[in-house]
Amino acid sequence: MLRPSSWRGAMLLRSQYPDASPICGGTDLMVDINFGRARPATLLDLTSVEDIDSWELIDDGRTVRIGAGMSYTRIIDELSGLCPALAQAARTIGSPQIRNRGTVAGNLATASPAGDSHPVLLACWAQVEAESVRGLRLIDIDDFFVGPKRSALEPDELIRAVRVPAATGPQQFAKVGPRNAMVIATVSFALNLDTATPRVGTGIGSAGPTPLRARAAEQMLQDSLDDRWDAPGSVDEDVGRQFGALVAEAASPIDDVRGSAEYRRHALAVLGRRCLSWALQDLGEGEVAA
Amino acid sequence: MRVNVTVNGVAHSVDHVWALESLLDFLRERVGLRGTKNACEQGECGSCSVYVDGVLVCSCLVAAVQVEGRSVVTVEGLDSGGGMHPVQQAFLDAGAVQCGFCTPGMVVAAHCLLADNPDPDDLTVREELSGNLCRCTGYQKILDAVHLAAERTGAAP
Ligand SMILES: Cc1cc2nc3c(=O)[nH]c(=O)nc-3n(C[C@H](O)[C@H](O)[C@H](O)COP(=O)(O)OP(=O)(O)OC[C@H]3O[C@@H](n4cnc5c(N)ncnc54)[C@H](O)[C@@H]3O)c2cc1C
Ligand code: FES
Ligand code: FES
Repeated sequence: MLRPSSWRGAMLLRSQYPDASPICGGTDLMVDINFGRARPATLLDLTSVEDIDSWELIDDGRTVRIGAGMSYTRIIDELSGLCPALAQAARTIGSPQIRNRGTVAGNLATASPAGDSHPVLLACWAQVEAESVRGLRLIDIDDFFVGPKRSALEPDELIRAVRVPAATGPQQFAKVGPRNAMVIATVSFALNLDTATPRVGTGIGSAGPTPLRARAAEQMLQDSLDDRWDAPGSVDEDVGRQFGALVAEAASPIDDVRGSAEYRRHALAVLGRRCLSWALQDLGEGEVAA
Repeated sequence: MRVNVTVNGVAHSVDHVWALESLLDFLRERVGLRGTKNACEQGECGSCSVYVDGVLVCSCLVAAVQVEGRSVVTVEGLDSGGGMHPVQQAFLDAGAVQCGFCTPGMVVAAHCLLADNPDPDDLTVREELSGNLCRCTGYQKILDAVHLAAERTGAAP
């Protein structure tokens, strides 16, 4: 059993015991172990590492740095103002028991195309802190997902934290699934209207080999908001439909047990349009996060 | 390897724990507390719900080695006197138990819910118990039991 109490210790053990599997909430790894799909030689338990289960503001308050050990429950309780879409996504994950243990870092390391934090992290242009005894590097979220369940993490690296720019305008996350709780997304979508830059961020989940960004949709919306960021009422209705269509086009879904490719495209167009109308409403009401 | 853990207030020091053993197996097979049930081993059913350091978790998804030095409370330990906790009594009185397999997890989750929210509405109960599946009751009696427990515990300050 490897049970470091410091981050430095965790990195040393990670490099000394390449056969050990890191574990945090265990909500992905223990399922694989219980079903015999994973048989790591031992576990590298990160739940006793000091100072990784909380968050802090960096960059003069512009960025929220979320520690690898922070549970979804705490993200919901503590960050729904600074990171509204991430908190919204966290609310849809599993059940109270799962949210009490599961972490964004574990979600990232698993790198499932259906991971619910991923669309939000894309929409917010998050960065992943990956660290090993060789040093710390920041991975842009756009470079993080390299294939189904494959990430840019090196074998000796651990995720130390995730850096999420604090919201400057409305954010939305929406997910489609067969039930209100305990569902792996059939599709999901996140939207971020960054009024400070200003720019539009998006993220699509469960509709491709990796989580995806809907670039053309971002560009189109940015162009039509242009100099109207403070008067979104003048954005015409067509924009919503076009936006939804471009979101659906950005996806490359497959048919599987959770839904057909055709259904996924359709649902994404609906989610895109819906998230946009909610976000524009918030923008109109001047509802900007603190 | 050895795991030192407090379970229901009693210190245990257990040798020869398998590196990848779940807390669920540890509680049932090593500590001998079989109230905590195993129905899915994948976090879906909640029948293995326990507290670890006061936090509600699925014990099938916690590695036994992760509770080293921590404190675990199972359904057997909800009443510190070793008797029936009001939540357990309410499940009995409301007829919320049929086959009983989901009951220990349901009771622990309901206990946790009422500790945070002494007078929850139906929607809150449904949300907070969404990680606990029952194949028998249709849930209505379980909702009744939670409300009954809330009434009783609220009445006795
Ligand atoms: C019943 C159930 C429901 C679920 N529902 C959802 C859902 O709705 N949406 C969703 O997105 N997910 C869901 N999940 C999946 C899971 O809860 C999430 O992916 C969660 O974020 C995993 O985090 P964890 O800390 O528990 O990861 P762990 O299981 O501890 O680890 C997962 C993987 O990441 C690695 N790892 C963990 N921490 C680090 C680190 N700091 N650095 C490097 N590698 C690390 C581990 O080695 C392992 O390979 C569900 C799981 C279950 C069992
Ligand atoms: S046995 Fe743990 S959730 Fe089902
Ligand atoms: S009483 Fe049988 S599963 Fe709930």
